[in-house]
Amino acid sequence: MSMTAKERMAISRQHMPEREPMERNRDFREVNLGFSVALAQLEANRCLQCKDRKCVSGCPVGIDIPGFLEKVSAGDLRGAAELLLSANALPGITGRVCPQEEQCEQVCIRGKKGEPVAVGHLERFVADWARENLDMKQLIGSPTGFRVAVVGSGPAGLTCAGELARKGHNVTVFEALHQPGGVLTYGIPEFRLPNKIIDGEVDRLRQMGVKIICNVVIGRTFTIDELLTEEGFDAMFIANGAGLPIFMNIPGENLKGVYSANEYLTRSNLMRAYDFPDFDTPIIRAERVVVIGGGNVAMDAVRTAKRLGAKEATLVYRRSRNEMPARAEEVKHAEEEGIIFKFLTNPVRYLGTEDGWIRGVECQQMELGEPDESGRRRPVPVKGSEFVIECDVAIPAIGTRANPLLTSTTPDLKTNKWGYIEVDESGATSKPGVYAGGDITRGSATVILAMGDGKKAARSIDQYLQGKTPKTAKR
Amino acid sequence: MFKILDAKQLASDVKWFRIRAPLVAKHRQPGQFVILRLHETGERIPLTMANADRNEGTIELIVKAIGKTTRELCKKEAGDSIADVMGPLGHPTEIMRVDHAVLVGGGVGTAVIYPLASALQAVGCFVSSITGGRTKELVVLEDELRKVSNVVYATTDDGSYGFKGTVADKLRELMADKRRPIGVVYAAGPVPMMRAVCELTRSAEIKTIVSLNPIMIDGTGMCGGCRVTVGDKTKYACVDGPEFDGHLVNFAELSDRLTTYRKQEQISLERAEHAGHQCRLNEAAKASR
Repeated sequence: MSMTAKERMAISRQHMPEREPMERNRDFREVNLGFSVALAQLEANRCLQCKDRKCVSGCPVGIDIPGFLEKVSAGDLRGAAELLLSANALPGITGRVCPQEEQCEQVCIRGKKGEPVAVGHLERFVADWARENLDMKQLIGSPTGFRVAVVGSGPAGLTCAGELARKGHNVTVFEALHQPGGVLTYGIPEFRLPNKIIDGEVDRLRQMGVKIICNVVIGRTFTIDELLTEEGFDAMFIANGAGLPIFMNIPGENLKGVYSANEYLTRSNLMRAYDFPDFDTPIIRAERVVVIGGGNVAMDAVRTAKRLGAKEATLVYRRSRNEMPARAEEVKHAEEEGIIFKFLTNPVRYLGTEDGWIRGVECQQMELGEPDESGRRRPVPVKGSEFVIECDVAIPAIGTRANPLLTSTTPDLKTNKWGYIEVDESGATSKPGVYAGGDITRGSATVILAMGDGKKAARSIDQYLQGKTPKTAKR
Repeated sequence: MFKILDAKQLASDVKWFRIRAPLVAKHRQPGQFVILRLHETGERIPLTMANADRNEGTIELIVKAIGKTTRELCKKEAGDSIADVMGPLGHPTEIMRVDHAVLVGGGVGTAVIYPLASALQAVGCFVSSITGGRTKELVVLEDELRKVSNVVYATTDDGSYGFKGTVADKLRELMADKRRPIGVVYAAGPVPMMRAVCELTRSAEIKTIVSLNPIMIDGTGMCGGCRVTVGDKTKYACVDGPEFDGHLVNFAELSDRLTTYRKQEQISLERAEHAGHQCRLNEAAKASR
C-alpha cells in the first residue's frame, strides 16, 4: 500500500492555485485558493518520511511534519488535524504567514534536488479542514482552578492561551483594541490572511473556555500588579507586541500623506478603510505610492496601496533583492501584481507642496559595502546620485521600537536597553509568575517565533503552577 | 457594549453623556481620554473625559457634533449603547502647585479643563477659569466651573454674552493684573485658540500646558498617526501626551495635519445626511399609509 521512495520522488511539487494577479490586485480577497483533497494527498505523497527529521527541528513549534503528512497522504484528515493541533494552536495562520522557506522547507531533503515538500500549503489545507470539521472541546484538560492572564491577543498570546487551556487552566486574554488578533488583525492584510481565518482560530479558543476581553489596555486600564493581586490571577503571560513605529528622522516626515506602515495597514485592515465610506475610517487613495523597506510589512503595505488603486506602487529598499527579509512568496506575488521594485535606494527627505502634502521622495543610490553586524553587506550611499520619485503617499516600513506603555507602569519588570522585556530561557521575567514573549521581548520578529514563545511560556507557567494553590481557593 | 445612562443637550450641537464603563472609571485621572467606536462600521475617535465616578463605574463625556461620528454620537440618548470604549489613555495632567492657575477653555475644550479646576483647588491654587465661544450658545459648563473655580469669566467673540472678545483677550487682561501673577495656564480648545494663548504667555514666560487633539486610531502608540512636533522632537500624543508644553508645540503643523481627511470627512457627512433624509422619508411614507 505504501509508496516506494522512487514513486514519491517522481511527483513534482504541486502548484498552489492562486487568483489571477491582475484580478486580485484590485481587491482584498485572499490570493491563494488552497489545495483540493486530491492535490493535498498528491503533495503529501512527496514526503520521503526521512528518519532524520530535519523539518521538525526546523520548525519553531516542533510540529510532527512527516507524521501529519503521512496521515494526509493516507486520507486520514482527522488524524492529521489532531496531530497538527497538538503542536500548533494556530495552524490556519502559520500555514499562511510562516517563512517556510527559511524553516521546515529550507531543510527538506527534497529541496536538495528540486523543490521541497510544500509543508506550509499542506498545513494550511489541514487547518482549514479542521476549522470546518473538528470539535475542539475534546482537547481540554480537566480544570486545575488556576487563573492565568494573557496580555495581548496576537500570535504569542493566542498560542499561549490555547496551550494553557488545554492543560486545564482558566485563561483570560486582555486585548487593547476592539477586535482580537493583534498584528494578525491590524497588520497582516486580508489578501494574505483573511479575518475569517483569525476569527475561526479565536472561536476555537473560546470553545476551549478561553475568555477574551477587548478594550482593556494593560498599563492603563489595569496594571500588572493589580492583575496579580486584586484580580487574583495566579500567573501571567505578557505579549503586548512591538509597538511604536520607527521613522527615519529625515525632513518632511510629518507632511500629510506620510504614513507609518502600521497606520496605513491598521486603517485598511482593522478599520476596513478600503470599504470607505461604508466603513467610517478614511484612507488616502493615491495614484503614486512609495513604500520604504524590505520586510513583510513593507510588502503588505505596497500591495495594499496597489489594491487601493495606485497606478504606481513602488517599493524602495536600501539593499539588494538578496538581502530582503520578506517571505519569498510575498515578493513573488508582489512582482506578479505589478509592484515596482527599486533596490539599493534610500530616501533622504520627503518633498512637500505649499499646502503641506507630500509630493515626492528624494532618494539616494546605494552600493553594497562590507558586511555589517547582521552579516548582510552594508549599503553605502553613492555620492551625487540623488533623484526624486514623485508620489502622493509615502509609507516608511522600517520597523518598530518597544512600547513603553506597560513597562513604564511596572517598574520592577526588567527591560533591556532598547526597552524590551528581559526573559530567561523559560520565558520568565524578573517578576515571579510573570512570563513574556513575542515582539515585546525580541523586537520585530515573525508570527511563528512569537507563537514559539507563547508555547514555551505556557509550558513554563504550567510548571510554575505545579504544587501551588490557586489564589481563588485561598479566599 | 457600553451603555449611556444619561444624556443632556448643553447647546444646540453640544451634548453631555454619562456612560457605564467601570474599568475605565476606576483608574481615570484628570486629563485622560478614551477612544470610542460607535458600532461595527465606525471609526475610532479620542475624547477627553470630563469626569468619572469610580463608585458608580461611570465616565462623563462632552461632545460637539462636528464630524460624522460626533454627529451620530450626539443623536444618542440615555439607554442607547456604544460598541467600544477603551481607556483611560494618555498621561494624567500634571497638577502644579502655584498661587494662581488659569484655565482656558474654548468651546468644548472647556470639558477638558473643567476637571482640572477642583484638582488645582485641592492643592491650594487660586483658580481663574475662562470659558469662551463664538457666541452665547457655544459657552458651555459655565455653571459647573463656578462650583470649582475661584473666579469664572465667560467670553463671546460677538459679545452676545459675558466679556466681548476671545478667551485670549480675557487672558491678556488677567496677565496685566499684577496683583495676582499667574503661575500656570492650562488651555484646551481649537488649535488657533491654543496657539493664541501660547503666543501671549510665551513672552511673559508663563508655563502653559495644552491638551492636543490630533487624529488618532489605536491610542496605544502603535500607529504614529497622532505624531506632533514638540520642541523639534516627534512625540505621539496618545502615549507621550495628550498634554504638552504649549511653548514647544508646532501648532502650524498640527492644524495642517488635522486637515488630512477634509475631503473624506465631507463625503462621510453628505452620505450620513442623505441617509438621514432617506430614513425620514421612509418614516413619513410609513406614517402616511
